[in-house]
Amino acid sequence: MKKEWKEQQNGCYTVRTCGWSPPGDHPVGCGMKLHIKDGRLVKVEGDAEHPISQGRLCVRCLSLPEYVHHPQRITHPMKRVGERGENKWQQISWDEAWDIIVEKTNAIKKNYGAESIIVFGGTGREACLYYYPLGFASLGTPNVCYPLSGWSCYGPRCAITDYILGAGYPEIDFAGHFPDRYDNPEYKVPEYIVLWGKMPLMSNPDGFYGHSLIDMMKRGAKIISVDPRINWLSTRAAHRLQLRPGTDTALALGLLHVIINEDLYDHEFVDKWCYGFDELKERVQEYPPERVEEITWVKKEKIVEVARLIAKSKPTAIQWGLAVDENPNGVQLGHAILAISAITGNLDVPGGITLGPPATLLGKWRVETRSELSEELWEKRIGAKEWPALSMALATTHPDETLDTLETGKPYKLRMGWFNSSNFITPTNSAQPDRWYRALKSLEFNVVQDCFMTPTAVAFADIFLPLPTFAEHDGVVITHFGRNAIFVGAMNKAFEVGECKSDIEVCIELGKRLNPEAWPWNSVEEFFDDQLKPELGFDFNDLREMGIYQPGYTYRKHEKGLLRADGEPGFNTVTGKVELSSTLFEMWGEDPLPYYKEPFYSPVSTPELAKEYPLILTTGARTFTSFHSEHRQISTLREITPDPIMEIHPDTAANLGIKEGDWVYMENMFGKAKEKAHLTPTIHPKVVHAAHGWWYPEKPAAEPSLFGVWESNINTLIPHKHIGKLGFGAPFKSILCKVYKTE
Amino acid sequence: MSRNGLLIDYEYCTGCHSCEVACRNEHNIPRGKWGIKLTEVGPWQVNGEEWEWDYIPVPTVLCDLCKERVAKGEKPSCVHHCLGQAMEYGTLEELAKKMESKGKKVALFIP
Ligand code: SF4
Ligand code: SF4
Repeated sequence: MKKEWKEQQNGCYTVRTCGWSPPGDHPVGCGMKLHIKDGRLVKVEGDAEHPISQGRLCVRCLSLPEYVHHPQRITHPMKRVGERGENKWQQISWDEAWDIIVEKTNAIKKNYGAESIIVFGGTGREACLYYYPLGFASLGTPNVCYPLSGWSCYGPRCAITDYILGAGYPEIDFAGHFPDRYDNPEYKVPEYIVLWGKMPLMSNPDGFYGHSLIDMMKRGAKIISVDPRINWLSTRAAHRLQLRPGTDTALALGLLHVIINEDLYDHEFVDKWCYGFDELKERVQEYPPERVEEITWVKKEKIVEVARLIAKSKPTAIQWGLAVDENPNGVQLGHAILAISAITGNLDVPGGITLGPPATLLGKWRVETRSELSEELWEKRIGAKEWPALSMALATTHPDETLDTLETGKPYKLRMGWFNSSNFITPTNSAQPDRWYRALKSLEFNVVQDCFMTPTAVAFADIFLPLPTFAEHDGVVITHFGRNAIFVGAMNKAFEVGECKSDIEVCIELGKRLNPEAWPWNSVEEFFDDQLKPELGFDFNDLREMGIYQPGYTYRKHEKGLLRADGEPGFNTVTGKVELSSTLFEMWGEDPLPYYKEPFYSPVSTPELAKEYPLILTTGARTFTSFHSEHRQISTLREITPDPIMEIHPDTAANLGIKEGDWVYMENMFGKAKEKAHLTPTIHPKVVHAAHGWWYPEKPAAEPSLFGVWESNINTLIPHKHIGKLGFGAPFKSILCKVYKTE
Repeated sequence: MSRNGLLIDYEYCTGCHSCEVACRNEHNIPRGKWGIKLTEVGPWQVNGEEWEWDYIPVPTVLCDLCKERVAKGEKPSCVHHCLGQAMEYGTLEELAKKMESKGKKVALFIP
């Protein structure tokens, strides 16, 4: 890429940058040029020089000027003046905001202990790098919370990988590590890509550039889709396994049954690098294709055919999705999927699954800041003792335990909340958001950081701190949050709107007031220099001039002693091998081998309930026009997706008297939500799918409306603490409901 | 002089709407009007295994094939931003050749 990242052009100037929400997406780091004129962002143009995005840009970034200059955006610190929920605010200076926050924080710490402060973080935004240090190193609390029941997003997959492979996030190989991409001589295009509970075209999950799939398909890769819905991409797939929601683990075990019993596995890899193969072989005998068909609705012939393809095609890359996390049986699912990739010899080979170290760069720093806390304080982390498998891999509280603590005051009362980029009473990252809403009222003092007044901010904020968009501050985009950094990109401040402060600016400024030793940096640039230099050898300004940095890639690291801290060949696990049977799971009282467990609520496990609630509800498929609850106020995007859509099969709809475009309720024993029906044959007649993330910025802000947040709140149908034995996974994608017209 | 057009590979148009918004940005087209508009065919099942579900963007009378951008040596805005890299700009002769070699699910528009 060109060295100049800022260019003058007749009266205006352009700034090259890489994107990361707010607003838009995960750390995907798409390249673009921001056109600034008279202090306003007038246009966004994709950067053709960017080796991953290559000029392509989605509608969320193409409409960035609307987001940045939106009349409803909050761009100054605010203090609540009415009662909570009245939406009455007074603009204050940053100095006043800091004075209030510092005084309250110190008083709460002194009177009740630092543990009575809790920091909440949301999904995927840049704040993911900073809400941990904000808690550990600025505020000094051990309680940092990702409130999604069962930590059902990304965390479970990272934890499973840590325990089974001893590695960072296993991403499919899309040649992203290489500057010359698909032309790199070491690279091979996967013969088959298995998309398991994943539709990356809209979601660009964790930093994987979704449309790389199209790049690879044009280069010959074929798709196998494992999904309860036929999505657009699966209409281009070679094979579609349209399974019953929540039965994925049975399917994975069925595939292993065929691969092992037909002797299609990679003997050399299994002998040299796997632990527990014989036990796994014995376990999968319980899952012959006939039985798996009964459980999953996938035809046994299809299971056999696909298992053979996965094993015989070299390489096959399995991309596992959120469906692994949003499943109380998901640890076993993830374990089984990793086992398939391992025994078919697809780990860390060109075009297979890439493996990085468990944490690097800012991803490592964020967790290491917990050394700021005393052992005694760290011991007080909510739910850590009860859920060791979760608390060993993730430096947070246990989300479900946190709600229990808020409700009961046990083991101690929480007093202060800090909501960092998390609007979780909307149906995003919590189950039973209405229950959280009631429980959170007990907090005495709250700070909210966001770009807009959200339902969560109106309900709880005492102080609102405005966040800049990625166009308005300096930063570093690091894919997969540093757990397999495919590239690192420079985020360059192009201009300013109001007086917003980025996550890292807030960490540093608050940290300097409360715990200055942990925050020696005098500028954001100094901070990033110190983050980049030791590991990569260049500073922030060098990164700006490079645009992005791709580190290259070494395959078969297990053979070269590059995965283990001691430099020995093998994997960084207890046994030094891929643990097909897990030593740690057993230690925590879990079955060391993958097994199938019926969803908590299903026609099979709760037939009586299924009479009243006959449909299986699955939620959370993404659209191009929003990043979870972001973008609902952007009119260009609302024009494309005006309403929350639920999908229902035409035959099912006809039986219920529902027509295309009717508003319907989905209801079950836990809650109900209203969405607009879309009739489509792509969904199974016994399954419905509902969109998440909906609130209505055009509706009244004050209580009880809170921007209409309770109208289409699909997560009210998802129960609290219905999680797996190790504390991971909740049934966001497999619950029962009934559907009826609203009038 | 040969005429120019837009080629759409609708095997790989993913329905992302980037062309619509990129075109609007480039030409300041107001809401409710489009220089290019996405259409949808399907989804329906052809037979037991196969599905038909296509997105095809159709350039409208407001499309000037990005005359100004092209004169500066740039690609038309829709082509540049297309997530599926499913659009191409060129002379009809070039594009017809590409259509033939692609062989399926491809359309050529002269707006
Ligand atoms: S060529 Fe230009 S004017 Fe025509 S549809 Fe594409 S962006 Fe719009
Ligand atoms: S930008 Fe490309 S992929 Fe997206 S809708 Fe338009 S033609 Fe299709």
